[in-house]
Amino acid sequence: MLAEKYLRDAMMPHIWCPGCGHGIILQAVLRAIEKAGLDQDKTVIVSGIGCSSRASGYVNFDTLHTTHGRALAFATGVKLAKPELNVIVLTGDGDALAIGGNHFIHACRRNIDITTIVFNNSIYGMTSGQYSPMTPAGKFATTSPYGNIDRNFDVCELAKAAGATYVARSTAYHAASMPDLIVKAIKNKGFSVVEAISQCPTYYGRRNKMGSAVDMLNWQKENTVNVAAAARLQPEQLAGKIIIGELYNNPAPEFTQQYEELIARLQGGEE
Amino acid sequence: MSPTVKLLQGNEACVEGALAAGLRFFAGYPITPSTEIAEALSERLPRVGGRFIQMEDEIASMAAVIGASLTGAKAMTATSGPGFSLKQENLGFAMLTEVPCVVVNVMRGGPSTGLPTSPAQADVMQARWGTHGDHPVIALYPASVPEVYEVTIKAFNLAEKFRTPVILLMDEVIGHMRERIELPDTPPVPVVERQRPTVPKEDYLPYDNSQDVPPLASFGDGYRFHVTGLIHDQKGYPTSAPAKVEALLTRLQNKIQSNLDEILMWETIGMEDAEVAVFAYGATARSAVRAVRIAREQGIKVGLLRPITIWPFPDKLISQYTSQLKALIVAEMNLGQLVDEVERATKGQVPIKRVLQANGELIAPDTILRAVLEVK
Ligand SMILES: Cc1ncc(C[n+]2csc(CCOP(=O)(O)OP(=O)(O)O)c2C)c(N)n1
Ligand code: SF4
Repeated sequence: MLAEKYLRDAMMPHIWCPGCGHGIILQAVLRAIEKAGLDQDKTVIVSGIGCSSRASGYVNFDTLHTTHGRALAFATGVKLAKPELNVIVLTGDGDALAIGGNHFIHACRRNIDITTIVFNNSIYGMTSGQYSPMTPAGKFATTSPYGNIDRNFDVCELAKAAGATYVARSTAYHAASMPDLIVKAIKNKGFSVVEAISQCPTYYGRRNKMGSAVDMLNWQKENTVNVAAAARLQPEQLAGKIIIGELYNNPAPEFTQQYEELIARLQGGEE
Repeated sequence: MSPTVKLLQGNEACVEGALAAGLRFFAGYPITPSTEIAEALSERLPRVGGRFIQMEDEIASMAAVIGASLTGAKAMTATSGPGFSLKQENLGFAMLTEVPCVVVNVMRGGPSTGLPTSPAQADVMQARWGTHGDHPVIALYPASVPEVYEVTIKAFNLAEKFRTPVILLMDEVIGHMRERIELPDTPPVPVVERQRPTVPKEDYLPYDNSQDVPPLASFGDGYRFHVTGLIHDQKGYPTSAPAKVEALLTRLQNKIQSNLDEILMWETIGMEDAEVAVFAYGATARSAVRAVRIAREQGIKVGLLRPITIWPFPDKLISQYTSQLKALIVAEMNLGQLVDEVERATKGQVPIKRVLQANGELIAPDTILRAVLEVK
């Protein structure tokens, strides 16, 4: 059983609210790890701070629950120091893109072999519902009581532009197909980003009158279009829709591998 | 074989010491007057199979060092004032999670961007209390190029032995000054390796409170342990149970406080019959040595107290001499930081004269000598 193999009993119950999308996404991550056949002893899960980042504590690997926003910087040290480890980063939209935005773009640029899952619930859940860099304009949060006038990032476009070599998007509603995207992200020898749209019924849902968790999952279903289907649609038909699926897959030289080659070259006495 | 004799900067001696101690990972971000350390290690580390990375900032550098250390690598970062400020949150993370590493701060004048190329000793309190929360700290501060080499090795040894970050302080003068140094083939002090768990994997307690310093497994060795900046139980899992919180925080203090004999280092000159003492460290101690010599030539009974370990503060260095002293001079390149610690350690038994200067210039031997003549 997946749960028996990968969850830490002693850490249960988890902190997530009923209806929270984070658990669904974590399950997709574990299915992907199983499918990709990763060695449990050679896989390190790193996270930052937030409801989503609590996920690292729940899973039975070497796990590193770091400081807010810094998961990718810690993960970079782990991966570079021991490149044979598989490193997966679990992070929230605030963690990855506000306080951690600089580390995010530089990890993309370096194309270091780390797979990053961004749990995007469009809000700071942990601190009770302030707006994040992924809160769409016009939406409400405890710190945007009149509607958000900050514009939001498209994390997938950002990752692509900054140099990530595999980029995909899915949602908690699409939990069945998400593992395959994560498997490909893991298999990509380079920096991979999977945006996993999550729901926070407790804060984002309530403030924005989106109904129950089920209603929010339905919203995910209704407002997304698969990338293949999207290719056949006109821009007007895609207005306001979120495109899901594999968005970018373009391998490039990977950072730690190049460093290994440098070591081999120097130790081979060529210079 | 005979040792290699070289003319090195303090920063270069730090690199030699780190490599002799077994450094295998460095992450940093350039900042004067520490940059030579990063530059030299970018060249040296890959040659010994180690890894260097220039991160996007000092926050990331500190983070990467902790991540690397958790895989078992001896790890270090180096910076100066502004960067040291940025490292503080993750430095606290390393203290709480007990991840060995060495953090070098080659001090320049502050606050803020301050005096980038001038010496200062104004971060000694930041080294103690820069990160939030109650935490133990070890900070070392050498005063010559050969001593930088040796103290760097000791910094790694203490970090590995006590599972804690160790702060290695220098000032711009110590970092940039060149001196003759002998580099032996084998390190002058034995190199300490981290203690690894020997218990069956299921029984491993990364934060076992029954010992001062629990062994540390490496990521990838199959222990599958959890590391978190939340207060944690012996297993490493988050807890807010008061008894468990207290047990952890107490052990963190104890592992340092009950091993002071091993951690505290200092040098004294002429203290046997001294009636006046000068307390000084780092580059200031070099001026103090000269002042003490000149005063001795004039027949004044004066000595030098030079802490090498500045945190934990070496109370005993002071207290063992209070009964014989008529006056104590404290000289430091700041507006008064360690002097308050010295005052506390004297328990009001010795009048203290402050020689403080924070204008970007070294305190001259003459300035200290004048103070000696005033109080003798
Ligand atoms: C340096 C720092 N600043 C602020 C916080 C408070 N804080 C904790 S979690 C969080 C936001 C988390 O939001 P997100 O990453 O979107 O995750 P979610 O909780 O929504 O899953 C904030 C601001 C902190 N822990 N550390
Ligand atoms: S506050 Fe929101 S994000 Fe956090 S656990 Fe609850 S539902 Fe999930």
